[in-house]
Amino acid sequence: MTKRHNRMMLVGLLVSGVFLAGYLGIKAFSENLLYFYTPSDIMTGKAPNDKSFRVGGLVEDGSVERDGMIVKFSVTDNLESIEVSYEGILPDLFREGQGVVASGSIDKECIKAWAGMKCSRTFNATQVLAKHDENYMPPEVAAALESLESKE
Amino acid sequence: MWKWIQRQASPKVFYHTCNRLVPWFFWPFITLLIVGLYWSLVISPADYQQGDGYRIIFIHVPSAILSMMVYAVMAIAGGIGLIWQIKMAEVVAKVSAPIGAGFTVIALATGAIWGKPMWGAWWVWDARLTSELVLLFLYLAYMSLNSAFDNPRTAAKSSSILAIVGLINLPIIHYSVKWWNTLHQGYSVGTGGIKDPDMQIALALMFVASILLYALLVTIKARTEVIIREQNSRWVEEEVRSLMS
Repeated sequence: MTKRHNRMMLVGLLVSGVFLAGYLGIKAFSENLLYFYTPSDIMTGKAPNDKSFRVGGLVEDGSVERDGMIVKFSVTDNLESIEVSYEGILPDLFREGQGVVASGSIDKECIKAWAGMKCSRTFNATQVLAKHDENYMPPEVAAALESLESKE
Repeated sequence: MWKWIQRQASPKVFYHTCNRLVPWFFWPFITLLIVGLYWSLVISPADYQQGDGYRIIFIHVPSAILSMMVYAVMAIAGGIGLIWQIKMAEVVAKVSAPIGAGFTVIALATGAIWGKPMWGAWWVWDARLTSELVLLFLYLAYMSLNSAFDNPRTAAKSSSILAIVGLINLPIIHYSVKWWNTLHQGYSVGTGGIKDPDMQIALALMFVASILLYALLVTIKARTEVIIREQNSRWVEEEVRSLMS
């Protein structure tokens, strides 16, 4: 009886120890586990400046411009937005309003304006992935939802 | 109650229980699989964005859920084996590992096949995909550790500890899409993400079919494992005799 209780205690300790270690590990590495940063993160300076990283958000409506193979669009999280330029083939799901994740780095260009410096930031993407959301529905439902939204 | 459990856990009774259960899992599984596939591929409407490509979720989502469920069963059975020294729990844990690994491989493969056209990449190192890959490695580690010992009791002891340690990965997989920004989409199941009732029914059918498939495979494999472990006992000898005659 006592032996079984001993084993129960050991297994219990093992489980709680592992979960504590996991919790601490996750807390410590949380930053590295982010797959992408949002445009707001970039504006508040959370994104790395010197190395390449990923930015994720929605393609802003009406922002897509094509110039040969080069595509320029804005990625937004509905608070901030950043301009992205990309040369290459886009995935099938890419469209305005779609979630995307682009990897690359920030180019900061500053030009002298008459009142100090005027800086524009462009994200130079080397890869653009479409991010699908969790919604699955037939086209009729999607159309109905859209007409509901436009009525509001 | 305790007596009843002990009786059920004796190898002979356990073997006969498995024998009896096999057809009870087999026929419902076949029926649900056929109905589920028909519902997934024919009755369910196409998606508004992905067209017919989304239909892979009817395999992907059940396999991914099962890959985690089987791991939980494996670790809990291993824990029961450690604490109460029930040999049949060790058998269930051992035979569950390759089945769970199979579900994990299916989930990863179907995800990659879907990811290439939809995202534009076969694989990305986001938290969800990486933690699911770690789950596959845990299964492989469990299987190799279990087969590294000659004595099945020692093997069960050490591999069960590994399985319990690996339990930490399950909440990480589940909450990865919530805790971190991932390329993988968030929860579709249980949040109203799947808006069409036919899609929901198809997914539910395929999910139950997957559970039945797991139960079926466990009973078949556990049967064999018990016979191997008890090969020198009298009841196995009698069993074999009665089969031969």
